[in-house]
Amino acid sequence: MGYLKRSILVSVCTFSLSCSLSFAAGTHPETGEKLAEDQTFTYRILDEHASLDPQLAEDVTGAEVLRDLFEGLYNQDKMGNLVPGVALSHDVSADKTTYTFYLRKDAVWSDGKPVTAHDFVFAWRRLASKELASPYAWFIELMNIENAGAIVKGEKDPKELGVKAIDDHTLQVKLQTALPYFPLMTIHASTFPSPQWAIEAHGKEWTKPGNMVSNGAYVLAEHVPQERSVRVRNEKYWNNDATFIEKVVTLVINDENAAFTRFLAGELDRTKVPTGKFPELKEKYPEETVVFPRLCSYYYNINLSDSAPESLRDKRVRQALAYAVDRKIITQNVTKAGQFPAFTFTPEVTAGFSAPEVPFGKMSQQERDEKARELLVAAGYGKDNPLNLSLLYNSSESHKKIAIAISQMWKQKLGVQTTLANMEWKTFLERRGKQDYEIARAGWCGDYNEASTFLDLMHSQSGYNDSKYNNPDVDRLLKEAKTADNPQENYTRIEQIIAEDMPIIPIYHYTEDYMMRATLKNWPTKNAEQNWYSKDLYKVAE
Amino acid sequence: MLSYILRRLAVALPTLLLLVVVSFLMMQLAPGGPFTSERPLPPEVLANIEAQYGLDKPLFEQMLRYIGGILVDFDFGPSYRYKDRSVNDIIAAGFPVTLTYGSIAFVLAVVIGVSLGIAAALNHNSWLDYFAVGISIGAQVLPNFVMGPLLVLVFVLALEWLPGGGWNGGKWQHIVLPVIALSTSYMASIARLTRSSMLEVLHMDFIRTARAKGLPSHYIIWRHALKPTLMPLFSYLGPTFVAMVTGSVVIDFYFATGGIGYFFVNSAFNRDYAVMMGITILFGSLTITFNLIVDLLYAWIDPKIRY
Repeated sequence: MGYLKRSILVSVCTFSLSCSLSFAAGTHPETGEKLAEDQTFTYRILDEHASLDPQLAEDVTGAEVLRDLFEGLYNQDKMGNLVPGVALSHDVSADKTTYTFYLRKDAVWSDGKPVTAHDFVFAWRRLASKELASPYAWFIELMNIENAGAIVKGEKDPKELGVKAIDDHTLQVKLQTALPYFPLMTIHASTFPSPQWAIEAHGKEWTKPGNMVSNGAYVLAEHVPQERSVRVRNEKYWNNDATFIEKVVTLVINDENAAFTRFLAGELDRTKVPTGKFPELKEKYPEETVVFPRLCSYYYNINLSDSAPESLRDKRVRQALAYAVDRKIITQNVTKAGQFPAFTFTPEVTAGFSAPEVPFGKMSQQERDEKARELLVAAGYGKDNPLNLSLLYNSSESHKKIAIAISQMWKQKLGVQTTLANMEWKTFLERRGKQDYEIARAGWCGDYNEASTFLDLMHSQSGYNDSKYNNPDVDRLLKEAKTADNPQENYTRIEQIIAEDMPIIPIYHYTEDYMMRATLKNWPTKNAEQNWYSKDLYKVAE
Repeated sequence: MLSYILRRLAVALPTLLLLVVVSFLMMQLAPGGPFTSERPLPPEVLANIEAQYGLDKPLFEQMLRYIGGILVDFDFGPSYRYKDRSVNDIIAAGFPVTLTYGSIAFVLAVVIGVSLGIAAALNHNSWLDYFAVGISIGAQVLPNFVMGPLLVLVFVLALEWLPGGGWNGGKWQHIVLPVIALSTSYMASIARLTRSSMLEVLHMDFIRTARAKGLPSHYIIWRHALKPTLMPLFSYLGPTFVAMVTGSVVIDFYFATGGIGYFFVNSAFNRDYAVMMGITILFGSLTITFNLIVDLLYAWIDPKIRY
């Protein structure tokens, strides 16, 4: 009898397994492509995510996992446009400070409980709370929600946060002042709902497989620290029928060359192209080597604080240094992965932003070089009085190559002597943050797809303004942009002022280059933030 | 014997304590902290985090609380970087991995290394001797960061026999390459050490006496030559074992095993103080323990040594 029971069970399982496999092995309902039998997506990450608690996560790799496990108010489509997530739509009050989100009624957690507005209220209060001490608490301040700042400081109770559940499926958010791009911020992982009952039941252990309750297209099945994490399809997800990828495997492989080898061995579907190998691999594997723009900017900070040398406080010197950088040589001969030469801080791909033509962007490189020489002579530097500078960067082969190339350009064109100094990451950050440098390497990626995520760094009070740039006009333009109907004019103006004052030297705008299995389809290459969702991907048969 | 062990332990504990204090203070000297990042945290956010981990307390109090936590609850504290995990979690995840491939590599290195060394010594200046010496020099000059990629090239890309890395719950296919990459250079050292030691022993008077008595060759080697041959090897094997089971950083990085060596280096870069301390204490305790074991083995192997 026992044996009989077991064999029936086995045959039922086999039957249901073959059922789901036959679905997977079918054709794509929209494109008609033949789908692969095995819908497993395996990709490489450099380092383990810091946390899988939506309100504690702080890195890109963690956000990638969280977008699969949880679902916030909105998602992005493959172009980067907002599409409904748990929220179907929203209204804004006339003064643009009160948002009302209408949530779908069919969304449930992986344990079957309905997803409600209360789950968002709980999560957002939690993000702001002093008790959780989230490293991303600043995001709720950035969202400009009423009382957020005071709650983070511990001056007010989290209950006073400007977020309220009108009923189970209506969420109301009150902002301190209007913020036109507020809905864009709801795709950020720190704003995802969290299950109060699971957190209370398991405490810190709630993010472990088995304890975790989530509301996204996938659930966490396995997690081995610094080795792998596995997520599998969430049968309870409201749009589960539209999901193709059955299983997503994240492998931690620190060495990019080792990862590339494992891609060649067929163990990975996606990994980064090893530094500098793009042209060679593009020729060898044209279909699997892909590149697309990213919402990131590579630039050099120039120290403008009191600790800065006299020379750098002269605008003409800063301009000369920025003009003499041949960005074409950097992008075509050094970085070699289709990066875009940058003359503005904000990347061209930023939504709703068109990069203004700044004067030095319009010149040819020869004209820029001549102008640079003139400027430096006018500033009083030349053969008799050579300019000496130091350039700080964090230890990395690619930063080093760029620094060497640029210091050579400065030397050959302007006679500037540059001392290169490289430092281990945290030491580097400490020095740059304390303005203990002359020129320092920097990079910035947008937190949301709007120009202010870059330009806010130019505000005199910004914690990320490592140049300590201070221009009241820029501060005013930034402030006005927050409430303007069309902030583009302000952004244009700010970029022009930056090109004149040159507190930073824009070098290039990033691209992302991947080795990606040609059978993996629907990767959102046009989404500049690279917010991808495994539920939108699928694999076709070879 | 027992009193000797007790005496050694009595010295071991203050040594460990000193290790804890010195590494705790040295870490504080490194610039930057666990929460230094590309995006500096606003002061209010940083204050909340530091308060939560008790980092706002005076250094001395932090250290006392840390040591107290270990002694009372065996709690090595939280990871500042991997917020879902405690140091105990991390060691429990990473150490078994390294212990597994490290122990296998150790056994392999000892068995093959000793055999090769003895074979070479017994056939001094023959082709076998040259072959063994050749192999061990070759293996010694090939560091494991060259061995790793070389093995992957052959066994993963060309022959397609094995996976290129990962651990996957310790399936044997994932263990093979890390074991080979880790063991070769140790194996070479052991072989050369055994060979030279054996050669020395074979020229000693008591061996000559044994031969003069007409004892069979294999009996002389097993009964009389082996033990003294292994004497110098033992002092090498103690620290070697610890080095192998605490993980080669290169192996953990290249083969992405998720082993403790990776956490160790990573925690230094991240200024993840508690993880770094936890692993340092683990490595320190292992070193002290195995040095003691080696010393006790000496007494067993060499009748001249008495405790």
